[in-house]
Amino acid sequence: MTEITEVPSPFCGIGTDDLTIRVDGVLLKVIENGCAVNTPAFEQPMTDISARVAGQEVSLEVAVAKAAELLKDTKLPLIGGCATDVNGMRGLLALADRSGAVVDNMNFTGARNNFLALQDSGWMNTTLAEVKNRCDLLLVVGTDLEGFAPRFFERYLWNKASMFIEDTSEREVIYLGRAPSGEASTSPKGKKAQVFPCAIEDLAEVVAVLRALVKKQPIRATSVAGIAVADLQLIADKLKAATYGVVTWAAGALAYTQAELTVQTLSEMVKDLNNQNTRCSGLPLAGKEGDQTANQVCGWTTGYPARTRFSRGYPEYDPFLNETKTLLDNDEVDALVWVQAFNVTAVPPVTDLPTIVVGRSGMTFTKEPDVYIPVGTPGIDHAGHAYRMDNVVAIRLKKLRDSGLPSTAQVLNAIEQAL
Amino acid sequence: MLIKLTGGTVYDPASGIDGQQQDIYIKDGRIVAKPTDAVVEKEYDLKGKVVMSGAIDMHTHIGGGKGNIARTLLPEDHRQDPVHRSDITRSGCGHAMPSTFVTGYRYAEMGYTAGFEPAVLPINARQAHMEMADIPILDKGGYVMLGSDDYLLRMLTAKKDQKAINDYVAWTMQSAKAIGVKVVNPGGINAFKFNQRKLDLDEQNNHYGVTPRDILQVLATAVKEIGVSHPLHVHGCNLGVPGNVQTTLDTIQGIGGLPMHLTHIQFHSYGTEGDFKFSSGAVQIAEAINRNKNITIDVGQILFGQTVTASGDSMRQHANHKHASPNKWVTMDIECDAGCGVVPFKYKDQNFVNALQWAIGLETFLLVNDPWRIFLTTDHPNGAPFTSYPHLIRLLMDRSFRNDVLSTIHPEAQKMTTLASIEREYTLQEIAIMTRAGAARLIGLKDRGGLSAGNWADITVYTDNTDRQTMFEKPDYVFKDGQLVVVDGKVVSTKWGTTHVVRPDFDPSVEKGLKDYFDRYLTMKLGNFKISDDEITEDGRGSITVHPLSSG
Repeated sequence: MTEITEVPSPFCGIGTDDLTIRVDGVLLKVIENGCAVNTPAFEQPMTDISARVAGQEVSLEVAVAKAAELLKDTKLPLIGGCATDVNGMRGLLALADRSGAVVDNMNFTGARNNFLALQDSGWMNTTLAEVKNRCDLLLVVGTDLEGFAPRFFERYLWNKASMFIEDTSEREVIYLGRAPSGEASTSPKGKKAQVFPCAIEDLAEVVAVLRALVKKQPIRATSVAGIAVADLQLIADKLKAATYGVVTWAAGALAYTQAELTVQTLSEMVKDLNNQNTRCSGLPLAGKEGDQTANQVCGWTTGYPARTRFSRGYPEYDPFLNETKTLLDNDEVDALVWVQAFNVTAVPPVTDLPTIVVGRSGMTFTKEPDVYIPVGTPGIDHAGHAYRMDNVVAIRLKKLRDSGLPSTAQVLNAIEQAL
Repeated sequence: MLIKLTGGTVYDPASGIDGQQQDIYIKDGRIVAKPTDAVVEKEYDLKGKVVMSGAIDMHTHIGGGKGNIARTLLPEDHRQDPVHRSDITRSGCGHAMPSTFVTGYRYAEMGYTAGFEPAVLPINARQAHMEMADIPILDKGGYVMLGSDDYLLRMLTAKKDQKAINDYVAWTMQSAKAIGVKVVNPGGINAFKFNQRKLDLDEQNNHYGVTPRDILQVLATAVKEIGVSHPLHVHGCNLGVPGNVQTTLDTIQGIGGLPMHLTHIQFHSYGTEGDFKFSSGAVQIAEAINRNKNITIDVGQILFGQTVTASGDSMRQHANHKHASPNKWVTMDIECDAGCGVVPFKYKDQNFVNALQWAIGLETFLLVNDPWRIFLTTDHPNGAPFTSYPHLIRLLMDRSFRNDVLSTIHPEAQKMTTLASIEREYTLQEIAIMTRAGAARLIGLKDRGGLSAGNWADITVYTDNTDRQTMFEKPDYVFKDGQLVVVDGKVVSTKWGTTHVVRPDFDPSVEKGLKDYFDRYLTMKLGNFKISDDEITEDGRGSITVHPLSSG
């Protein structure tokens, strides 16, 4: 039995790297600095150690050969999930390039709200250490931040030491659109967040009015979606008065159509604030289970985010047409490869197509895939790299145990070689 | 296997060879002396061909977060230049900010065998190395960015001595796996986080009370004292600001004889004369360079067309966003470490400012006398994509071509430049110095950039052609570490290059203060911040080449 300290997590997206984990054979126990997201993800028991073809246990070589056989004569295979580490994504993209596949990260429809805004007008953003040391006002839009990342407040807002904030417990937190699920946003001194809830799909309107107020446009209405315009004016005034305001949102939490326009309005509002003699930055929340990793690696390998197809021999990005659900619903693809090395509950969509799952050990299926290859989890079974939510910091994941499970990269490279 | 390159006309400034006919022998990846008994297994007849070592781009943004932001920002640019996969090459995209694989292929297809990323943020160094690990064929390396990091500024405020700063710089270089140190808008990226919008050479950071001059002084001293060959790589204050020629002259004067490399100096050579209050400072800059032997420069030439600017200089990029074309842009404040700004630009020959920027770059090339102290760059992709180098070489080597282009640009810009009267044409040897021997010497690369025995066999063979653009666009052969990778300007095989680093010594006790700082203020443990060798080598493709420190 050993204890490993300073363990980084690929699961929570905020790059916690202070976990202590006890390793007993292949059993893991988080004994320090766990949370509701990380602890179960690390402690998930390993079950399958052997690959299966049609439900029968086979050697890895046989499973790889079968996977290659299923992919060999496909016209348009789909590689979904895309939840793995940097090397796993490298292998995945090499396989996609070779087989002319569509690549689609499972969280892309949420992330699309950010990408469409970024690719249309851009943004001014910041990263976690800047929040920790500079942020004096945090505006949380449409997102239950502590539900998303349980330790966000402890690590980045209520940190005792800060280079430029004298008393961090005096920082202000404002929730707009969605109320927090707990008390993490209450400062150590008992200062509570201000909360202005509305129906989530009304946020577009609320945010538009807020930006108008920041730009000193006259607003005739006295309330919008149940929020008094006077309250929005108060938020606008606080953003202007803040030394280093931060506006945060989780693109996936803005689950309504054309939410990219909300992200765009927020991002343009941040730019407006920076033209009014103060600083303000956006902070998009993401980075769970390899979604930033998928987009980063696909970005440097193809030029595009991870919703890209290779069917014409070169990468083509389409944030709508290359969506897994659309492709399956329209019978456009003829095989499914599902790659998910982090989360046993993130199983592939059920389909009649030939299905190959390269998944975390412990996955259970309502419909047994044609090929299932259990792989190790990056940061548990093998070393690797994963991106944090702020997209700048790649964390070095550690190997914690000897499970004998292959890595995603090994499996996907073997399938590519077999083609 | 013994390979013989027979009868080529060799330009090898590192050995003082200027256009002499010579045979070159290659064995086990290196150039060897003529063997007495071994059998030549493969011979290439290079009679009439021009032979140089593989070219080295000493300043090109090929790895790191801001490049990937630039890629993500511009899908419409990629769509105009899709790149098919082949049996030996991967698919991707080209133009302004190509995908990593295409970056490697296209550099190699122009005869380049190494590229150095000049803006590696310590906190983003992993990404820089991971991206560069996916660039085939080329060797690579990075200059780690310091000067706006709060740790250094706190040290300066606390009046830590030079020795402590040297330890910190050496530790950061080792942690980030760097071969040089860069400073970008010294202290300005930091000042922008405190809402300062400009920072002159002697202007104080509002919080720290430190000036850019202070930062340049301690960093240039540190780089010299810890024995790093590549001088402090400086992207100065006031990038793009009319009148910044004075800032640049003051920067040269202020460094007091310490070695210093001023990068993309074209963007820092602007006066305020004329009807448009924008003029060329190239003459003054060139005079200063010619006089101050401690200074080296690269130009950062702009060429007309669409590109994207990606810089660590968040302060200046924020100011420049007004010129974004298309109108979308990104800035970031990053981890109490640095920042970045990504702004697409379309340089137009009928725009007075752009046209004069073009002329200023060329004036600089032509007025600086010593080709060992000036380097050919477009600050890829900021002035233009690297794929425009053959065109730039023709502009330098062919006066009549240059003057033909000059006659087409904005007429007021033509009046504001002396370019038409400059007769100089670069020679092949001077091009070889700027893009090979000089670059290798400047970076401190051992056994690269030359063709004498002992060097790695990075070799480019061209067909001599009075149209220098055609000549440099399409080498007959390119060898990387002795392997034939390009024939007739097309990749015929691929391999993986090495990562060049230096490892300056530091007092291990430097980590005490750093660990406390990381625990209190940063978001990562010190141990998880440091990049280990196996992160670069573990996939079986990457390798690390450690270069010697200078004795100074």
